[in-house]
Amino acid sequence: MHVLSIDRSIIDAIVAHARRDHPDEACGVVAGPVGSDTPTRHIPMDNAARSMTFYEFDSMEHLRVWREMDDRDEEPVVIYHSHTATEAYPSRTDVSFAGEPGAHYLLVSTREPDSEEIRSFRIVDGVVTEEPVRVVEAGVDPHAVQSYMFGQSPATVDYECSGR
Amino acid sequence: MAIEVRIPTILRSYTGGAKVVDGTGDTLADLLTDLDSRHGGLRGRLITDAGTLHRFVNVYVNDEDVRFLGALDAKLSDGDSVTILPAVAGGAFGFAAAAAISSHSISSQSAAAAVARDAVAAR
Repeated sequence: MHVLSIDRSIIDAIVAHARRDHPDEACGVVAGPVGSDTPTRHIPMDNAARSMTFYEFDSMEHLRVWREMDDRDEEPVVIYHSHTATEAYPSRTDVSFAGEPGAHYLLVSTREPDSEEIRSFRIVDGVVTEEPVRVVEAGVDPHAVQSYMFGQSPATVDYECSGR
Repeated sequence: MAIEVRIPTILRSYTGGAKVVDGTGDTLADLLTDLDSRHGGLRGRLITDAGTLHRFVNVYVNDEDVRFLGALDAKLSDGDSVTILPAVAGGAFGFAAAAAISSHSISSQSAAAAVARDAVAAR
């Protein structure tokens, strides 16, 4: 089973971006070395649609960021966006546009003012598969990973797979 | 000399997994016809039944979005580099809107499949 392992600092930055752009949807990428499945470089993107119900990368920023990843031997490990009034589950629109079969599609819901719902999915050929999100605390020896499966996290948010 | 074309992951099934292929043509339309002769089906993922470039596929000639260069009429020269990227888009849009849009999406076949599956599951 796939799992998204991601640093706490990156999750925090994604949530901050989503809160900043609320009630519009926020979107972005976390790049990582090709083949590593490890998201390391957070790249907030402009939502060219500037909409509460739709997001779209700006086409020129998209090209620039994808070239930059190519030059650095990186790939889009995580593609994220926020839903600002609904749950963090891929809409039909999300499924129809999902064009990066290797990416983790991370959704953040900011509909609740005090807590965020954060969930991750694979979307391949129109099939949505939820996966657990494992947040890795920074500064901890990676060989003695202190991580939280969601649901055991000290935060009030329940990140665990719903089994849908 | 030829025109170098960068193929996104989702379309590499048409190029035998190749990330970069070569093609020829005086315009983007000609180039896509040329590519389709060797990579059958590729053109159909980029161009609508009405014969226009899909709204949600981005094509660039060197550093320019072809929408600003005449779209399919964009002029090409030997040595140009063409990059194809499926738009990264989505959102909490409603079903009707998504269905309308999916016909313009590069992944529209998968979208139609997902909708059909949901319809079966709902019974």
